[in-house]
Amino acid sequence: MASSSLYGKGLRTLSIATVVAMAVSLVLVFFYVPLEAEQGFLQKIFYVHVPLAIVALCGFVLGGLLAIQHLRTRDPRWDMRSYVVIHMSLIFALATLITGSIWAKGSWGHWWVWSEPTLVSFLIIFLLYATYQPLRFAIEDPEQQARYASVFAITAGAFVPMNYIAVSLSTAYLHPRVLGSSNNLPASMGFTLMVSLVAMALLFATLCKYELTAKHARQQVRALRRQLSGEGADGTRRTRSAAPSLQGTLPQTAGRGAGA
Amino acid sequence: MTFALLIAESPALPLHTAGKYVAGAYIVLFAMLLIYLAIMALRLTRMERNLAELLTQSERQTTQAAPPHAQAQAPIEQESATV
Repeated sequence: MASSSLYGKGLRTLSIATVVAMAVSLVLVFFYVPLEAEQGFLQKIFYVHVPLAIVALCGFVLGGLLAIQHLRTRDPRWDMRSYVVIHMSLIFALATLITGSIWAKGSWGHWWVWSEPTLVSFLIIFLLYATYQPLRFAIEDPEQQARYASVFAITAGAFVPMNYIAVSLSTAYLHPRVLGSSNNLPASMGFTLMVSLVAMALLFATLCKYELTAKHARQQVRALRRQLSGEGADGTRRTRSAAPSLQGTLPQTAGRGAGA
Repeated sequence: MTFALLIAESPALPLHTAGKYVAGAYIVLFAMLLIYLAIMALRLTRMERNLAELLTQSERQTTQAAPPHAQAQAPIEQESATV
């Protein structure tokens, strides 16, 4: 039965892989890769800031793709996945902004530079996605909430690559390009960046899986509570929440004699 | 052993100038991770408490629904249907 699918499957392997990748990445950053000629030790921020930004932006796009799947199938589990991925991307984006500000302060002497297009465009994307949760919370009906949130996720997800292209085409190249055609990173730096990127992607996947497992388990506990109190699976109106509901996909009788 | 050799061979980290910024950036990441783990731990504790409550509730309903002598005879499906 599809509803009994376990979100926690493979979580342990993924967690171990994440810890190993993060440890390898840190060793490479601090003990392998040489100091950069211009910025010196400060450039080490690059190996946390850039992977965070790339993973956050890819997460936003992935959230849009999962939302497309939700609109196609009307399965609330796709909405849940899209919600969790966007939620996690927002946290990664916040970390990107903070680490970027620290780097800017060390490098340029200012916490924020408004004339720098990459910084401002990233802030716009962050603020755009910051409205996702309030949008969900504003809609009470779960189905309508999921549908509107999916439309938002698709539109905003399409905006992310367009925004990146627009910024890349702009002439002001103050921000360092790391993965463009003018890539002039030494091999050791490129390798370390790739390992850091893989580690960050694994961290993202692990946290998403943790979040999905926790949400699924909590909703199963709620369904069980409703049944034990004699209200049935759809007996009570859920309290208003920005989080998606998996009510239709949970087993109808979660207690004794379940799955009949 | 290999790790110790790696550290011995690696240059000393110049922490005097940019060290605080680099440390700040990495601390932000790991602080956020720790906060997330703390939130998850709280959620897990709450869920464990809820499950314990549900288990107690379920046991109470079982003993109320069927007296000890009839419990062995009553089919499980019938019992859950009356809940």
